[in-house]
Amino acid sequence: MKGDRKTTRNARFARRKQFNRIAIALSMCAMLFGMFWLAWILWETISIGVSSLSLSLLTENTPPPDDAIGAGGLSNAIKGSFLMVALATFVGTPIGILTGVYLAEYDPRGKLSGTVRFINDLLLSAPSIIIGLFVYAVIVVRFKEFSGWAGAAALALIVVPIVIRTTENMLALVPAGLREAAYALGAPKWKVITRVTLVAARAGVLTGILLAVARISGETAPLLFTALNNQFWNASLSGPLANLPVTILQFAMSPYENWQQLAWGGVFLITFAVLGLNILARMLSREKLK
Amino acid sequence: MNIPEPSPAAPTKIVVRDLNFYYGKFQALKSINLDIPERHVTAFIGPSGCGKSTLLRTFNRMFELYPEQRAEGSILLDGENLLTSKQDVALIRARIGMLFQKPTPFPMSIFDNIAFGVKLFENLSRIDLEERVEWALRKAALWDEVKDKLSQNGTSLSGGQQQRLCIARGIAIKPELLLLDEPCSALDPISTARIEELIAELKKDYTVIIVTHNMQQAARVSDHTAYMYLGELIEFGETEQMFLKPARRETEDYITGRFG
Repeated sequence: MKGDRKTTRNARFARRKQFNRIAIALSMCAMLFGMFWLAWILWETISIGVSSLSLSLLTENTPPPDDAIGAGGLSNAIKGSFLMVALATFVGTPIGILTGVYLAEYDPRGKLSGTVRFINDLLLSAPSIIIGLFVYAVIVVRFKEFSGWAGAAALALIVVPIVIRTTENMLALVPAGLREAAYALGAPKWKVITRVTLVAARAGVLTGILLAVARISGETAPLLFTALNNQFWNASLSGPLANLPVTILQFAMSPYENWQQLAWGGVFLITFAVLGLNILARMLSREKLK
Repeated sequence: MNIPEPSPAAPTKIVVRDLNFYYGKFQALKSINLDIPERHVTAFIGPSGCGKSTLLRTFNRMFELYPEQRAEGSILLDGENLLTSKQDVALIRARIGMLFQKPTPFPMSIFDNIAFGVKLFENLSRIDLEERVEWALRKAALWDEVKDKLSQNGTSLSGGQQQRLCIARGIAIKPELLLLDEPCSALDPISTARIEELIAELKKDYTVIIVTHNMQQAARVSDHTAYMYLGELIEFGETEQMFLKPARRETEDYITGRFG
Protein backbone atom coordinates (compact mmCIF):
# COMPACT_ATOMS: atom_id res chain seq x y z
CA MET A 1 0.00 0.00 0.00
CA LYS A 2 2.63 2.41 1.16
CA GLY A 3 4.97 1.36 -1.66
CA ASP A 4 2.19 2.04 -4.18
CA ARG A 5 1.80 5.58 -3.05
CA LYS A 6 5.52 6.07 -3.32
CA THR A 7 5.61 4.80 -6.91
CA THR A 8 2.77 7.11 -7.99
CA ARG A 9 4.47 10.01 -6.34
CA ASN A 10 7.74 9.23 -8.12
CA ALA A 11 5.91 8.89 -11.41
CA ARG A 12 4.22 12.25 -10.95
CA PHE A 13 7.53 13.82 -10.03
CA ALA A 14 9.20 12.36 -13.11
CA ARG A 15 6.40 13.73 -15.29
CA ARG A 16 6.72 17.13 -13.73
CA LYS A 17 10.45 17.14 -14.36
CA GLN A 18 9.87 16.12 -17.96
CA PHE A 19 7.36 18.91 -18.39
CA ASN A 20 9.79 21.37 -16.87
CA ARG A 21 12.47 20.32 -19.34
CA ILE A 22 10.12 20.83 -22.31
CA ALA A 23 9.08 24.26 -21.03
CA ILE A 24 12.68 25.33 -20.64
CA ALA A 25 13.56 24.07 -24.12
CA LEU A 26 10.64 25.93 -25.68
CA SER A 27 11.42 29.22 -23.99
CA MET A 28 15.09 28.87 -24.94
CA CYS A 29 14.06 28.41 -28.57
CA ALA A 30 11.88 31.50 -28.44
CA MET A 31 14.69 33.50 -26.91
CA LEU A 32 17.23 32.27 -29.47
CA PHE A 33 14.83 33.14 -32.31
CA GLY A 34 14.51 36.69 -31.03
CA MET A 35 18.20 37.09 -30.27
CA PHE A 36 19.16 35.73 -33.67
CA TRP A 37 17.59 38.64 -35.55
CA LEU A 38 18.88 41.20 -33.10
CA ALA A 39 22.39 39.80 -33.39
CA TRP A 40 22.11 39.75 -37.17
CA ILE A 41 21.01 43.38 -37.29
CA LEU A 42 23.87 44.39 -35.04
CA TRP A 43 26.34 42.31 -37.05
CA GLU A 44 25.26 43.82 -40.40
CA THR A 45 25.36 47.31 -38.91
CA ILE A 46 28.82 46.82 -37.54
CA SER A 47 30.37 44.94 -40.44
CA ILE A 48 29.12 47.30 -43.15
CA GLY A 49 28.98 50.49 -41.09
CA VAL A 50 32.44 50.17 -39.63
CA SER A 51 34.10 50.45 -43.04
CA SER A 52 32.51 53.86 -43.61
CA LEU A 53 33.66 55.15 -40.25
CA SER A 54 36.24 57.85 -40.57
CA LEU A 55 36.90 61.29 -39.25
CA SER A 56 35.34 62.81 -42.36
CA LEU A 57 32.05 61.12 -41.47
CA LEU A 58 31.79 63.49 -38.53
CA THR A 59 33.40 66.58 -40.01
CA GLU A 60 32.26 66.83 -43.65
CA ASN A 61 28.83 67.63 -45.00
CA THR A 62 26.80 65.28 -47.15
CA PRO A 63 28.42 65.09 -50.63
CA PRO A 64 26.81 65.20 -54.05
CA PRO A 65 26.13 61.79 -55.56
CA ASP A 66 29.48 61.39 -57.21
CA ASP A 67 32.20 59.04 -56.08
CA ALA A 68 34.89 61.14 -57.69
CA ILE A 69 34.37 64.04 -55.29
CA GLY A 70 35.43 62.07 -52.23
CA ALA A 71 33.89 60.39 -49.29
CA GLY A 72 32.08 63.30 -47.67
CA GLY A 73 30.39 62.90 -44.31
CA LEU A 74 27.23 63.33 -42.29
CA SER A 75 28.25 66.35 -40.27
CA ASN A 76 25.21 68.47 -41.23
CA ALA A 77 22.82 65.58 -40.61
CA ILE A 78 24.35 64.79 -37.23
CA LYS A 79 24.20 68.41 -36.14
CA GLY A 80 20.63 68.82 -37.38
CA SER A 81 19.44 65.65 -35.66
CA PHE A 82 21.17 66.63 -32.46
CA LEU A 83 19.61 70.09 -32.55
CA MET A 84 16.07 68.82 -33.10
CA VAL A 85 16.33 66.00 -30.57
CA ALA A 86 17.73 68.38 -27.95
CA LEU A 87 15.04 70.96 -28.60
CA ALA A 88 12.25 68.37 -28.54
CA THR A 89 13.54 66.91 -25.28
CA PHE A 90 13.97 70.36 -23.78
CA VAL A 91 10.38 71.29 -24.60
CA GLY A 92 8.69 67.93 -24.16
CA THR A 93 10.27 66.86 -20.86
CA PRO A 94 8.92 69.60 -18.56
CA ILE A 95 5.44 69.26 -20.03
CA GLY A 96 5.59 65.51 -19.58
CA ILE A 97 6.89 65.65 -16.01
CA LEU A 98 4.36 68.28 -14.91
CA THR A 99 1.49 66.31 -16.42
CA GLY A 100 2.77 63.10 -14.84
CA VAL A 101 2.93 64.86 -11.46
CA TYR A 102 -0.63 66.08 -11.88
CA LEU A 103 -1.87 62.57 -12.71
CA ALA A 104 -0.02 60.84 -9.88
CA GLU A 105 -0.11 63.42 -7.09
CA TYR A 106 -2.92 65.91 -7.60
CA ASP A 107 -5.80 63.97 -9.01
CA PRO A 108 -4.98 60.26 -9.27
CA ARG A 109 -8.57 59.08 -9.40
CA GLY A 110 -10.36 62.08 -10.91
CA LYS A 111 -12.40 62.29 -14.08
CA LEU A 112 -10.02 64.73 -15.75
CA SER A 113 -7.10 62.44 -14.99
CA GLY A 114 -8.93 59.49 -16.49
CA THR A 115 -9.52 61.45 -19.67
CA VAL A 116 -5.95 62.71 -19.85
CA ARG A 117 -4.66 59.19 -19.29
CA PHE A 118 -6.85 57.84 -22.08
CA ILE A 119 -5.78 60.51 -24.55
CA ASN A 120 -2.17 60.03 -23.53
CA ASP A 121 -2.42 56.32 -24.24
CA LEU A 122 -3.76 57.16 -27.69
CA LEU A 123 -0.86 59.54 -28.32
CA LEU A 124 1.58 56.97 -27.01
CA SER A 125 0.44 54.38 -29.52
CA ALA A 126 -0.26 56.76 -32.40
CA PRO A 127 1.87 55.90 -35.45
CA SER A 128 4.57 58.55 -35.72
CA ILE A 129 3.66 59.25 -39.33
CA ILE A 130 0.33 60.62 -38.12
CA ILE A 131 2.11 62.97 -35.77
CA GLY A 132 4.30 64.06 -38.69
CA LEU A 133 1.23 64.73 -40.84
CA PHE A 134 -0.41 66.68 -38.02
CA VAL A 135 2.58 68.97 -37.64
CA TYR A 136 2.77 69.28 -41.44
CA ALA A 137 -0.83 70.47 -41.55
CA VAL A 138 -0.54 72.81 -38.59
CA ILE A 139 2.93 74.31 -39.02
CA VAL A 140 4.46 73.51 -42.39
CA VAL A 141 1.38 74.36 -44.44
CA ARG A 142 0.74 77.53 -42.47
CA PHE A 143 4.28 78.88 -42.84
CA LYS A 144 4.64 77.41 -46.31
CA GLU A 145 8.05 75.98 -45.54
CA PHE A 146 9.58 72.82 -44.16
CA SER A 147 11.55 73.72 -41.07
CA GLY A 148 13.65 72.49 -38.19
CA TRP A 149 11.12 74.03 -35.83
CA ALA A 150 8.41 71.83 -37.27
CA GLY A 151 10.68 68.78 -36.96
CA ALA A 152 11.42 69.53 -33.33
CA ALA A 153 7.70 70.06 -32.66
CA ALA A 154 6.85 66.66 -34.13
CA LEU A 155 9.55 64.98 -32.05
CA ALA A 156 8.39 66.81 -28.91
CA LEU A 157 4.89 65.44 -29.49
CA ILE A 158 6.40 61.97 -29.31
CA VAL A 159 8.42 62.76 -26.18
CA VAL A 160 5.50 64.13 -24.14
CA PRO A 161 3.36 60.98 -23.81
CA ILE A 162 6.37 58.78 -23.02
CA VAL A 163 7.54 61.08 -20.25
CA ILE A 164 4.00 61.49 -18.88
CA ARG A 165 3.56 57.75 -18.66
CA THR A 166 6.90 56.96 -17.02
CA THR A 167 6.69 59.89 -14.60
CA GLU A 168 3.22 58.87 -13.46
CA ASN A 169 4.18 55.22 -13.09
CA MET A 170 7.36 55.98 -11.19
CA LEU A 171 5.59 58.37 -8.81
CA ALA A 172 2.93 55.74 -8.20
CA LEU A 173 5.70 53.37 -7.11
CA VAL A 174 6.82 55.71 -4.33
CA PRO A 175 5.59 54.10 -1.10
CA ALA A 176 2.56 55.85 0.42
CA GLY A 177 4.40 55.91 3.75
CA LEU A 178 7.08 58.24 2.40
CA ARG A 179 4.46 60.69 1.15
CA GLU A 180 2.52 60.48 4.41
CA ALA A 181 5.68 60.99 6.47
CA ALA A 182 6.35 64.24 4.63
CA TYR A 183 2.77 65.43 5.06
CA ALA A 184 2.89 64.41 8.74
CA LEU A 185 5.61 67.02 9.29
CA GLY A 186 3.22 69.66 7.98
CA ALA A 187 4.89 70.04 4.59
CA PRO A 188 2.83 71.69 1.83
CA LYS A 189 2.00 69.61 -1.20
CA TRP A 190 4.41 71.26 -3.62
CA LYS A 191 7.26 70.71 -1.19
CA VAL A 192 6.36 67.06 -0.66
CA ILE A 193 6.42 66.58 -4.42
CA THR A 194 9.58 68.51 -5.28
CA ARG A 195 11.68 67.49 -2.27
CA VAL A 196 10.48 63.96 -1.53
CA THR A 197 8.40 62.04 -4.07
CA LEU A 198 9.98 63.32 -7.29
CA VAL A 199 13.44 62.85 -5.79
CA ALA A 200 12.57 59.32 -4.71
CA ALA A 201 11.39 58.59 -8.26
CA ARG A 202 14.17 60.49 -10.05
CA ALA A 203 16.04 57.49 -11.44
CA GLY A 204 12.85 56.15 -13.00
CA VAL A 205 11.84 59.53 -14.38
CA LEU A 206 15.29 60.03 -15.87
CA THR A 207 15.15 56.57 -17.41
CA GLY A 208 11.89 57.55 -19.08
CA ILE A 209 13.46 60.69 -20.53
CA LEU A 210 16.44 58.75 -21.87
CA LEU A 211 14.18 56.18 -23.48
CA ALA A 212 12.20 58.99 -25.08
CA VAL A 213 15.43 60.49 -26.45
CA ALA A 214 16.43 57.08 -27.79
CA ARG A 215 13.05 56.72 -29.42
CA ILE A 216 13.03 60.08 -31.21
CA SER A 217 16.63 59.97 -32.34
CA GLY A 218 15.71 57.25 -34.81
CA GLU A 219 12.27 58.51 -35.87
CA THR A 220 12.06 59.10 -39.61
CA ALA A 221 8.39 59.43 -40.47
CA PRO A 222 7.62 62.59 -38.48
CA LEU A 223 10.65 64.35 -40.00
CA LEU A 224 9.73 63.53 -43.60
CA PHE A 225 6.87 66.00 -43.50
CA THR A 226 8.42 68.57 -41.24
CA ALA A 227 12.17 69.13 -41.30
CA LEU A 228 12.50 67.31 -44.60
CA ASN A 229 16.23 67.27 -45.28
CA ASN A 230 19.01 69.50 -46.44
CA GLN A 231 22.14 68.79 -48.44
CA PHE A 232 23.91 71.60 -46.63
CA TRP A 233 24.35 72.79 -43.12
CA ASN A 234 22.07 75.62 -42.17
CA ALA A 235 22.19 76.80 -38.59
CA SER A 236 18.73 78.32 -38.91
CA LEU A 237 15.82 76.20 -37.76
CA SER A 238 13.34 78.06 -39.94
CA GLY A 239 14.30 76.25 -43.11
CA PRO A 240 14.60 72.58 -44.09
CA LEU A 241 17.10 70.98 -41.74
CA ALA A 242 19.45 68.08 -42.41
CA ASN A 243 18.95 65.09 -40.13
CA LEU A 244 20.24 61.54 -39.86
CA PRO A 245 17.10 59.40 -40.29
CA VAL A 246 15.90 61.09 -43.50
CA THR A 247 19.44 61.25 -44.87
CA ILE A 248 19.78 57.51 -44.28
CA LEU A 249 16.47 56.88 -46.03
CA GLN A 250 17.43 59.01 -49.00
CA PHE A 251 20.99 57.74 -49.32
CA ALA A 252 20.21 54.08 -48.81
CA MET A 253 17.54 54.17 -51.52
CA SER A 254 19.86 55.92 -53.98
CA PRO A 255 21.84 54.11 -56.69
CA TYR A 256 25.07 55.91 -55.76
CA GLU A 257 27.78 53.91 -54.06
CA ASN A 258 29.19 56.73 -51.88
CA TRP A 259 25.71 57.68 -50.63
CA GLN A 260 24.93 54.06 -49.75
CA GLN A 261 28.17 53.80 -47.86
CA LEU A 262 27.35 56.95 -45.88
CA ALA A 263 23.86 55.62 -45.11
CA TRP A 264 25.46 52.63 -43.41
CA GLY A 265 27.71 54.93 -41.46
CA GLY A 266 24.63 56.80 -40.26
CA VAL A 267 22.88 53.57 -39.32
CA PHE A 268 25.94 52.60 -37.30
CA LEU A 269 25.97 55.93 -35.47
CA ILE A 270 22.27 55.88 -34.60
CA THR A 271 22.29 52.24 -33.54
CA PHE A 272 25.13 52.76 -31.13
CA ALA A 273 23.81 56.05 -29.81
CA VAL A 274 20.47 54.35 -29.04
CA LEU A 275 22.25 51.33 -27.58
CA GLY A 276 24.32 53.64 -25.38
CA LEU A 277 21.22 55.52 -24.19
CA ASN A 278 19.49 52.24 -23.33
CA ILE A 279 22.49 51.01 -21.38
CA LEU A 280 22.61 54.32 -19.51
CA ALA A 281 18.90 54.03 -18.73
CA ARG A 282 19.45 50.50 -17.44
CA MET A 283 22.27 51.58 -15.21
CA LEU A 284 20.13 54.37 -13.79
CA SER A 285 17.19 52.12 -13.02
CA ARG A 286 19.51 49.63 -11.36
CA GLU A 287 20.85 52.45 -9.20
CA LYS A 288 17.29 53.05 -8.05
CA LEU A 289 16.90 49.50 -6.75
CA LYS A 290 19.92 49.85 -4.49
CA MET B 1 -21.74 53.76 24.27
CA ASN B 2 -20.17 53.67 27.67
CA ILE B 3 -17.85 56.49 28.58
CA PRO B 4 -14.59 54.79 29.52
CA GLU B 5 -12.90 54.87 32.87
CA PRO B 6 -11.97 58.40 33.79
CA SER B 7 -8.26 58.72 33.36
CA PRO B 8 -5.96 59.23 36.29
CA ALA B 9 -4.29 62.22 37.80
CA ALA B 10 -2.32 63.44 34.75
CA PRO B 11 -3.87 66.36 32.83
CA THR B 12 -5.64 65.36 29.66
CA LYS B 13 -3.96 66.14 26.33
CA ILE B 14 -6.50 64.76 23.93
CA VAL B 15 -10.22 64.33 24.38
CA VAL B 16 -12.03 62.18 21.84
CA ARG B 17 -15.80 62.38 21.80
CA ASP B 18 -18.27 60.46 19.67
CA LEU B 19 -15.74 59.83 16.93
CA ASN B 20 -17.05 57.93 13.92
CA PHE B 21 -14.87 57.13 10.96
CA TYR B 22 -15.76 55.92 7.49
CA TYR B 23 -13.84 54.37 4.62
CA GLY B 24 -16.43 55.14 1.95
CA LYS B 25 -19.53 53.39 3.25
CA PHE B 26 -17.69 51.16 5.72
CA GLN B 27 -17.70 52.41 9.28
CA ALA B 28 -14.31 51.71 10.81
CA LEU B 29 -14.70 53.55 14.13
CA LYS B 30 -17.89 53.53 16.12
CA SER B 31 -18.54 56.31 18.58
CA ILE B 32 -15.14 56.39 20.23
CA ASN B 33 -14.74 58.27 23.53
CA LEU B 34 -11.29 58.51 24.99
CA ASP B 35 -9.17 60.79 27.20
CA ILE B 36 -5.45 60.64 26.60
CA PRO B 37 -3.25 61.91 29.43
CA GLU B 38 -0.37 64.28 28.87
CA ARG B 39 3.27 63.12 29.06
CA HIS B 40 2.31 59.49 29.27
CA VAL B 41 2.44 56.61 26.85
CA THR B 42 -0.92 55.36 25.69
CA ALA B 43 -1.07 52.10 23.72
CA PHE B 44 -3.81 51.02 21.33
CA ILE B 45 -4.07 47.25 21.05
CA GLY B 46 -6.46 44.89 19.33
CA PRO B 47 -6.62 42.38 16.49
CA SER B 48 -5.96 43.40 12.87
CA GLY B 49 -8.70 45.56 11.42
CA CYS B 50 -9.98 46.72 14.80
CA GLY B 51 -9.42 50.37 13.92
CA LYS B 52 -6.43 51.19 16.11
CA SER B 53 -4.32 52.62 13.28
CA THR B 54 -7.36 54.38 11.87
CA LEU B 55 -7.90 56.08 15.21
CA LEU B 56 -4.26 57.12 15.37
CA ARG B 57 -4.42 58.61 11.90
CA THR B 58 -7.36 60.84 12.78
CA PHE B 59 -5.21 62.73 15.30
CA ASN B 60 -3.17 64.45 12.57
CA ARG B 61 -5.91 64.26 9.95
CA MET B 62 -3.73 62.01 7.82
CA PHE B 63 -6.91 60.45 6.42
CA GLU B 64 -7.60 63.69 4.52
CA LEU B 65 -5.06 62.64 1.90
CA TYR B 66 -7.63 60.11 0.75
CA PRO B 67 -10.89 61.62 -0.50
CA GLU B 68 -13.11 58.64 0.35
CA GLN B 69 -12.20 58.70 4.06
CA ARG B 70 -13.97 60.95 6.56
CA ALA B 71 -14.32 61.44 10.30
CA GLU B 72 -17.22 62.78 12.38
CA GLY B 73 -17.20 63.81 16.00
CA SER B 74 -14.59 65.74 17.88
CA ILE B 75 -10.94 65.38 18.80
CA LEU B 76 -9.85 68.09 21.19
CA LEU B 77 -6.13 68.79 21.40
CA ASP B 78 -5.68 71.12 24.36
CA GLY B 79 -9.34 72.01 24.01
CA GLU B 80 -9.28 72.84 20.31
CA ASN B 81 -11.28 70.60 18.00
CA LEU B 82 -8.85 69.33 15.36
CA LEU B 83 -11.56 68.09 13.06
CA THR B 84 -13.32 71.44 12.65
CA SER B 85 -10.31 73.64 13.25
CA LYS B 86 -10.05 76.67 11.02
CA GLN B 87 -6.32 76.25 11.30
CA ASP B 88 -4.42 75.02 8.32
CA VAL B 89 -3.92 71.28 8.62
CA ALA B 90 -0.17 71.84 8.15
CA LEU B 91 -0.07 73.89 11.37
CA ILE B 92 -1.81 71.10 13.25
CA ARG B 93 0.59 68.53 11.86
CA ALA B 94 3.53 70.68 12.89
CA ARG B 95 2.48 70.09 16.50
CA ILE B 96 2.31 66.34 16.03
CA GLY B 97 5.13 63.97 15.12
CA MET B 98 4.39 60.65 13.46
CA LEU B 99 6.30 57.42 12.98
CA PHE B 100 5.25 54.67 10.62
CA GLN B 101 5.48 50.90 10.45
CA LYS B 102 8.25 50.91 7.92
CA PRO B 103 11.05 53.47 8.29
CA THR B 104 10.50 56.33 5.85
CA PRO B 105 13.79 58.19 5.43
CA PHE B 106 13.51 60.89 2.76
CA PRO B 107 15.80 60.58 -0.26
CA MET B 108 18.23 63.19 1.06
CA SER B 109 21.14 63.43 3.49
CA ILE B 110 20.78 62.48 7.15
CA PHE B 111 21.15 66.14 8.08
CA ASP B 112 18.54 67.29 5.58
CA ASN B 113 16.14 64.56 6.67
CA ILE B 114 15.92 66.29 10.02
CA ALA B 115 16.33 69.85 8.80
CA PHE B 116 13.49 69.39 6.29
CA GLY B 117 10.73 69.51 8.90
CA VAL B 118 12.43 72.20 10.98
CA LYS B 119 12.85 74.55 8.04
CA LEU B 120 9.16 74.31 7.20
CA PHE B 121 8.13 76.40 10.17
CA GLU B 122 11.25 77.97 11.61
CA ASN B 123 13.82 80.29 10.15
CA LEU B 124 16.97 79.23 11.96
CA SER B 125 20.52 80.31 11.34
CA ARG B 126 22.87 77.63 10.10
CA ILE B 127 24.39 77.22 13.55
CA ASP B 128 21.03 76.98 15.29
CA LEU B 129 19.89 74.47 12.70
CA GLU B 130 23.00 72.35 13.22
CA GLU B 131 22.39 72.50 16.94
CA ARG B 132 18.80 71.41 16.52
CA VAL B 133 19.79 68.48 14.30
CA GLU B 134 22.36 67.33 16.82
CA TRP B 135 19.86 67.72 19.66
CA ALA B 136 17.25 65.63 17.83
CA LEU B 137 19.75 62.94 16.88
CA ARG B 138 21.00 62.74 20.47
CA LYS B 139 17.44 62.49 21.72
CA ALA B 140 16.81 59.66 19.30
CA ALA B 141 20.03 57.91 20.44
CA LEU B 142 21.47 58.03 16.96
CA TRP B 143 24.03 60.84 17.19
CA ASP B 144 27.06 58.72 18.01
CA GLU B 145 26.40 56.42 15.08
CA VAL B 146 25.92 59.11 12.43
CA LYS B 147 27.81 62.19 13.59
CA ASP B 148 30.60 61.55 11.08
CA LYS B 149 28.33 60.92 8.12
CA LEU B 150 25.61 63.53 8.29
CA SER B 151 25.94 64.21 4.59
CA GLN B 152 25.30 60.58 3.65
CA ASN B 153 21.94 59.60 2.28
CA GLY B 154 19.39 58.66 4.96
CA THR B 155 18.52 55.51 3.04
CA SER B 156 22.05 54.17 3.55
CA LEU B 157 21.38 53.47 7.24
CA SER B 158 20.19 50.13 8.64
CA GLY B 159 16.50 49.60 9.32
CA GLY B 160 16.75 50.27 13.04
CA GLN B 161 18.88 53.37 12.45
CA GLN B 162 16.41 54.59 9.82
CA GLN B 163 13.58 54.27 12.30
CA ARG B 164 15.52 56.24 14.90
CA LEU B 165 16.31 58.83 12.20
CA CYS B 166 12.56 59.13 11.66
CA ILE B 167 12.06 59.59 15.41
CA ALA B 168 14.70 62.32 15.38
CA ARG B 169 12.93 63.93 12.43
CA GLY B 170 9.65 63.76 14.30
CA ILE B 171 10.93 65.36 17.50
CA ALA B 172 13.14 67.94 15.77
CA ILE B 173 10.02 69.97 15.01
CA LYS B 174 9.37 70.04 18.78
CA PRO B 175 5.90 68.58 18.65
CA GLU B 176 3.59 68.14 21.63
CA LEU B 177 2.35 64.76 20.58
CA LEU B 178 4.06 61.73 19.05
CA LEU B 179 2.05 59.17 17.12
CA LEU B 180 3.76 55.82 16.66
CA ASP B 181 2.08 53.42 14.25
CA GLU B 182 3.57 49.97 14.96
CA PRO B 183 7.05 51.48 14.98
CA CYS B 184 8.86 48.22 15.67
CA SER B 185 7.03 45.74 13.47
CA ALA B 186 9.76 45.86 10.81
CA LEU B 187 12.68 45.79 13.25
CA ASP B 188 14.80 43.10 14.86
CA PRO B 189 14.68 42.54 18.66
CA ILE B 190 17.75 44.64 19.42
CA SER B 191 16.53 47.63 17.45
CA THR B 192 13.10 47.14 19.02
CA ALA B 193 14.59 47.28 22.51
CA ARG B 194 16.40 50.53 21.65
CA ILE B 195 13.22 52.12 20.37
CA GLU B 196 11.33 51.01 23.47
CA GLU B 197 13.99 52.55 25.73
CA LEU B 198 13.65 55.69 23.69
CA ILE B 199 9.88 55.77 24.13
CA ALA B 200 10.32 55.60 27.91
CA GLU B 201 12.73 58.53 27.62
CA LEU B 202 10.49 60.56 25.32
CA LYS B 203 7.43 60.49 27.53
CA LYS B 204 9.15 62.91 29.89
CA ASP B 205 8.61 65.63 27.29
CA TYR B 206 5.91 64.37 24.98
CA THR B 207 2.55 62.75 24.97
CA VAL B 208 3.09 59.46 23.16
CA ILE B 209 0.49 57.25 21.53
CA ILE B 210 1.61 53.89 20.20
CA VAL B 211 -0.29 51.40 18.11
CA THR B 212 1.05 47.90 18.50
CA HIS B 213 0.26 44.32 17.61
CA ASN B 214 2.55 43.14 20.29
CA MET B 215 0.87 42.88 23.69
CA GLN B 216 4.14 42.42 25.54
CA GLN B 217 5.31 45.64 23.99
CA ALA B 218 2.18 47.45 25.13
CA ALA B 219 2.70 46.06 28.62
CA ARG B 220 6.36 47.13 28.60
CA VAL B 221 6.15 50.66 27.29
CA SER B 222 2.70 52.08 28.05
CA ASP B 223 1.06 53.66 31.05
CA HIS B 224 -2.44 53.33 29.66
CA THR B 225 -3.88 50.86 27.24
CA ALA B 226 -6.94 50.95 25.03
CA TYR B 227 -8.30 47.67 23.75
CA MET B 228 -10.26 47.96 20.52
CA TYR B 229 -12.30 45.43 18.63
CA LEU B 230 -14.28 45.83 15.39
CA GLY B 231 -14.12 49.61 15.50
CA GLU B 232 -15.22 49.91 19.10
CA LEU B 233 -13.27 50.87 22.15
CA ILE B 234 -13.86 47.93 24.47
CA GLU B 235 -11.78 48.96 27.44
CA PHE B 236 -9.43 51.75 28.43
CA GLY B 237 -7.46 52.01 31.61
CA GLU B 238 -4.08 51.81 33.29
CA THR B 239 -1.91 49.26 31.59
CA GLU B 240 -1.12 47.27 34.72
CA GLN B 241 -4.78 47.09 35.62
CA MET B 242 -5.70 46.02 32.08
CA PHE B 243 -3.21 43.22 31.91
CA LEU B 244 -3.67 41.92 35.45
CA LYS B 245 -7.37 42.43 36.00
CA PRO B 246 -9.24 43.49 32.88
CA ALA B 247 -12.75 44.70 33.57
CA ARG B 248 -14.28 43.19 30.47
CA ARG B 249 -14.42 39.60 29.41
CA GLU B 250 -13.51 40.43 25.78
CA THR B 251 -10.32 42.13 26.89
CA GLU B 252 -9.32 39.20 29.01
CA ASP B 253 -9.91 36.79 26.13
CA TYR B 254 -7.68 38.84 23.87
CA ILE B 255 -4.92 39.42 26.39
CA THR B 256 -4.74 35.81 27.46
CA GLY B 257 -4.53 34.76 23.83
CA ARG B 258 -7.82 32.93 23.74
CA PHE B 259 -8.71 35.03 20.78
CA GLY B 260 -7.18 37.38 18.25
